[in-house]
Amino acid sequence: MAERAKPAAVPLVLGDKTPGQVTADITRALERRPGFLWWAAFVPSVAALAVGVAAVVYLLRTGVGVWGINTTVPWGFDITNFVFWIGIGHAGTFISAILYLFRQKWRTSVNRSAEAMTIIAVTCAGIFPMIHMGRVWFFYWMFPYPNTRGPLWLNFESPLVWDVFAILTYFTVSLIFWYVGLIPDLATVRDRTRSRVKRFLFGVFSLGWSGRFRVWHRYETVYLLLAGLATALVISVHTIVSWDFATTVIPGWHTTIFPPYFVTGAIFSGMAMVLTLMLIARKVMGLEAYITRRHVDPMCKVVIVASGLVALAYVTEFFTALYSGNPTEAFAFVNRALGPLGWGFWIMVACNVLIPQLFWIKKVRSTFLLVFVISILINVGMWFERFVIIVATLQRGYLPSSWATYVPTSVEIATLVGSFGLFFTAFLLFARFLPVIAIAEVKGVLGTSRAKGGGPR
Amino acid sequence: MSRRLFIAVFERGEDLLAAVRASRARGLKVHEVFTPYPVRGLEEALELKQSRLPWVCLGFALGAAIAMLTFQVWAMTIDWPINVGGKPWNALPAFVPAKFEMMVLAGSVSVFIAFLLASRLFPGKRSRLIVPGVTDDKFALVLEEADASFDPEEIAKMCEGFNVVRVEERLAETEDS
Repeated sequence: MAERAKPAAVPLVLGDKTPGQVTADITRALERRPGFLWWAAFVPSVAALAVGVAAVVYLLRTGVGVWGINTTVPWGFDITNFVFWIGIGHAGTFISAILYLFRQKWRTSVNRSAEAMTIIAVTCAGIFPMIHMGRVWFFYWMFPYPNTRGPLWLNFESPLVWDVFAILTYFTVSLIFWYVGLIPDLATVRDRTRSRVKRFLFGVFSLGWSGRFRVWHRYETVYLLLAGLATALVISVHTIVSWDFATTVIPGWHTTIFPPYFVTGAIFSGMAMVLTLMLIARKVMGLEAYITRRHVDPMCKVVIVASGLVALAYVTEFFTALYSGNPTEAFAFVNRALGPLGWGFWIMVACNVLIPQLFWIKKVRSTFLLVFVISILINVGMWFERFVIIVATLQRGYLPSSWATYVPTSVEIATLVGSFGLFFTAFLLFARFLPVIAIAEVKGVLGTSRAKGGGPR
Repeated sequence: MSRRLFIAVFERGEDLLAAVRASRARGLKVHEVFTPYPVRGLEEALELKQSRLPWVCLGFALGAAIAMLTFQVWAMTIDWPINVGGKPWNALPAFVPAKFEMMVLAGSVSVFIAFLLASRLFPGKRSRLIVPGVTDDKFALVLEEADASFDPEEIAKMCEGFNVVRVEERLAETEDS
């Protein structure tokens, strides 16, 4: 009775939808031709992607000398972008797996696109270490395969090797998790669509799903298992990425705070990116009834928490460096804030620590335009965080005689632009051809917004 | 011998759940239930056993972890020892990350494949919906003739109480999907 007495607050899905209406609403977006907004987003994305492809082709034909990196700053834009994109991916897993384990019902409207975002972001991320190798056609040297050079295996003590395992596993598991979630919805689309091509393709990929409850029962077990595995995985992946830095002996990197610092930073930036994408998808695909304040609000709250954790990490890092009494370590941090790249540091602090505090105000959380702008600023801030950690640290190492500056070349900037192009192109294609919202899962939470025994028939 | 089936179609999960409970209380045999989403409480009502898939996951994950650790130790200490920064050759803590990732990978991939095999889902399989709309907004309860308690008229009357929208009698086909 207590449950009934509690008045349903703002429903998760607006307009008292029935399961049939949910199917109709979400599949309609796939049936109709994309509108002006979709094209307005798609065309610039493809253009950006083309710029990136051109930059990468030029790079591969010429060599990594076309980048601004040098012996003092061997990691520049490239690794910054890698860490940035990997971090973006993490919020997708956070929403789909961790919130599933915590039984947060609001995740149902956003988890599908968040998972798609993860896969796309990890793809974007994976490109950067690959092109950084210079001779990308030897990428298979990263795998321990029996070769004619001994066989010479990998150095399993190197974080860069751990990275290969971590990222490929992360990509595969995210893909499986996303696909398992999609199967029932693919079947729903298959049984509705009038296009023969679509019926065939959705038929193949829905694997003959027929809604059998015994299969649903098994499905839920598998989904829970995958969520559990993905949760452990997501923490391990960014931990391993942070070890790329922490296991070196470079002042400013060689700290034990890096794993938790990177993981929270990743979830923070990813959450902001989910907000950006959801607000775009909502408008472009006309899903105003499904992505509501009930979804944006908790995401903003997660952003506040993550922002606080990131701020705590910044402070702890600084305090430890100054308190350690180690002059090189202390210098590395003073240099971050007041050195030649100090402006980047202050952008980072402003975007990651100060601006997200606006989310404390309810009015801000419910004004979607503001949320959109803030989410983009957070992403700018998080990109700068990685840039500052990497470049500002490397620029001023132990030997003042080797201090150098790093200026990105047009090729590096074009590659960054291209990665955004790839990200948005792939996301818009996903939103156009696949159900952006987990239809079956949303149907499962409709009951919570309707009176227990009744509701519209 | 062909079995007789009784199919009742509902439009709400709660109605289906109640009908399943009532059918079981009458001693009717529930052949299968088809739903557009996993209706909460249905697995208890049908007394479905806990799936054994977690064991597949655990087995493959542990197997992969052991295999990966063995391989790393063998490759780094026996086959081609490399001295990295003066660390011991069998630097076990450094082998943990790769081992962990392989463990998660094997657990996820194996449980996914085992799920598809156990549920007989595969690309190219023809889906035969029991009634149109079970992937959309219809909930179908399929009862099977097991003994004399199977009386279609009685069952239809019972389903009336749960806002049934359509009832149908059908002979079971040989295929079972």
